[in-house]
Amino acid sequence: MSRPPEADATDGDGATAASTDAEADPILSVDGVGKTFGGVTALDGVSFDVEPETLTGLIGPNGAGKSTTFNVISGAIEPDTGRVRFDGEDITGWAPHETSSRGLVRTFQIAREFETMTVLENMMLPPENQGGEAAWRAILPGVRDGVKEDEEELFERAWEMLEFFDIDHLALEEAGTLSGGQRKLLELARALMLDPEVLLLDEPFAGVNPSLEQDLLDRLEDLRDRGRTFLLVEHDMDLIMEHCERVIVMHQGRTLVTGSPDEVRSEERVIEAYLGGEVA
Amino acid sequence: MSERTADPIGRRLPDPLAAYWARDIVKIFGTLGVVYALYLFVGFLLGYDLFGQLNSLRRLTFLIVVYGIAALVVNLHWGYAGLFNIGVVGFMAIGVYTATILSRPVAGQNPTGSLPGFGWPLALAVVAGVLAAAAAGYVAALPSLRLRDDYFAIVTLAFAEIVRITFKSSELQELTLFGWTFGTGGGRGIRTFSNPVRDFFATTGQPVVAAVEGLGLDGQVVPDWSYVLVLLAVLVGTYWLIARLSASPFGRVLKGIRDDEEATQSLAKRTASFKIRAFVIGCAILGLLGIVWQGTSSGYITPGRFLPELTFFIWIAVIIGGAGSNTGTVVGSILFVGLVLEGPAQVRRVVDEFVGLSGSAPTFPDALSALGGGNIDPVLLYVFDQTSALRVVLTGLVLIWLLKRRPQGLFGDRREVASSIDLEGRVASRRRDRTETAQGGDAD
Repeated sequence: MSRPPEADATDGDGATAASTDAEADPILSVDGVGKTFGGVTALDGVSFDVEPETLTGLIGPNGAGKSTTFNVISGAIEPDTGRVRFDGEDITGWAPHETSSRGLVRTFQIAREFETMTVLENMMLPPENQGGEAAWRAILPGVRDGVKEDEEELFERAWEMLEFFDIDHLALEEAGTLSGGQRKLLELARALMLDPEVLLLDEPFAGVNPSLEQDLLDRLEDLRDRGRTFLLVEHDMDLIMEHCERVIVMHQGRTLVTGSPDEVRSEERVIEAYLGGEVA
Repeated sequence: MSERTADPIGRRLPDPLAAYWARDIVKIFGTLGVVYALYLFVGFLLGYDLFGQLNSLRRLTFLIVVYGIAALVVNLHWGYAGLFNIGVVGFMAIGVYTATILSRPVAGQNPTGSLPGFGWPLALAVVAGVLAAAAAGYVAALPSLRLRDDYFAIVTLAFAEIVRITFKSSELQELTLFGWTFGTGGGRGIRTFSNPVRDFFATTGQPVVAAVEGLGLDGQVVPDWSYVLVLLAVLVGTYWLIARLSASPFGRVLKGIRDDEEATQSLAKRTASFKIRAFVIGCAILGLLGIVWQGTSSGYITPGRFLPELTFFIWIAVIIGGAGSNTGTVVGSILFVGLVLEGPAQVRRVVDEFVGLSGSAPTFPDALSALGGGNIDPVLLYVFDQTSALRVVLTGLVLIWLLKRRPQGLFGDRREVASSIDLEGRVASRRRDRTETAQGGDAD
């Protein structure tokens, strides 16, 4: 459970220095990851890098292993082979609470809001270092005043975030009563409450209506410009090609192509993969 | 807001009453008042005198309070953290057995000649009992890290049975270890400690008892009711503790675990730690409850008092009230104890008094054959003789009715927001501010 001492400061400086170059150090790198489930090979040597402060798209036909890759990166499943490095640190095999605490937060393909909790409660759950998470602080008179102050600050943050996503009018609704698109927004907003460096978004636009989708994309680009990195799985090819700086194509548990949208578009193998042709 | 959160009772009340009903305290005392009135009415029908009435209410209150405490713990475990604990009695047993064995007089200084122990002062033994129950909770919670709901339930049930059968074992009835002689008393049980409240009224508090007797009442009423008040204080304390725990960031994470543990983990929460802490806190309270309930009610404990049946009764109280709501849990305990647990015995008394049943029906065939002869009395007699079976039948009916009509329990869809501050108030004030700014803007 113990982690090597963090070298954030130097890494941060290094990254800024490097970003002036053409190629920055990758913030997330997946190297030769393999995973089999009872004889079925789900991942067969997945390797790719994600550059900091980009929108990176992860695409591929159904069953290509995109969600499994997300599960490996976030720590929900441990890979049989290969390594995952995040911000200069080997995070292979870390538990989900450790990767998310380190700054790598994911959302799910089917939104997993806390359905019996209000939208605000959903938003106020994630932030770390909440004193009130210690039972005795939550109870003890006197000490509890400190918890209340934290809660006030947290409410402010959560409220701003809800306003940013334009769902503040839903603050007191039970999350389970929200529409599919609203849940997606809530899940993204909730993940951002952890102030992550990298967000793994699994089909963030599924079920989101087109006008909202454009809105959401604007927000993602806004957040990227403020220094966050996004890796998103998406089926809408046009959307990926239009908005992502880099695209990773997966097929049959392997990385097929990595490159700019133009490079990927012109790649023969990608078309074959999508049209069902055999890959050499 | 109020229409949406209204429970089945609140919905049917006329407006001015419904506004009162919206307050938790009114829900609890309103229900309690109705059940009390029912019992007083039965007492009136049966011609009880003041002492009889007081005694009947005391018995009722005692059971409501102890069931209420246990139900609150189940609500913390199941209603908040989603931990399916059906080993409630096991932790109560550990608490009371530990306190009893530690507080029994040491061998040789034992006036009654019954089982010796370690001679600890009672207060210290009680603390040790609570800690022992908490430690047992920790051990039982370890498997919960890997097991899901129903499998965890099986572990807790098995744990409680192991505890009961261990205390029943003749090997542990009396043994000598490192020069100390002690034991559980096996299946015969063990004499517990003397109740400090009763001791007080037998000595220093004697004048109070005498004064009450001067009023023409049975003096027994004083220690009896005083002890119920002590238990009531424990209930209030438990309610306060669990209400604060659930309305906090801690409670928020527990609710998150209940709704979706994997999602909670992917939001940087070590869910295992939260589950264990919630479980251990509940088990400590159960240990205390075992001591103040089973340890005092007859001065004797046997393993037979810690059958799984008791756990299930406690669960029914939570299910009636609605898991996830502390207030609902207390109201559920009042209704369960008043109507289901003690109801059949009350009905039986009234039937006895007014129908004047004659004859006897020791077995079911006896009762049936009498019915063939056109005499219904033996059937009634037979039915009301089976008070404990009637409870189970009634419990079953209540469960079926709830499952069909209101699976979430009476107050199960009530929102108890998990934050140490009033979020609804904050949001309302934000919205007010915004409207005001907007209006100000229009005026310009």
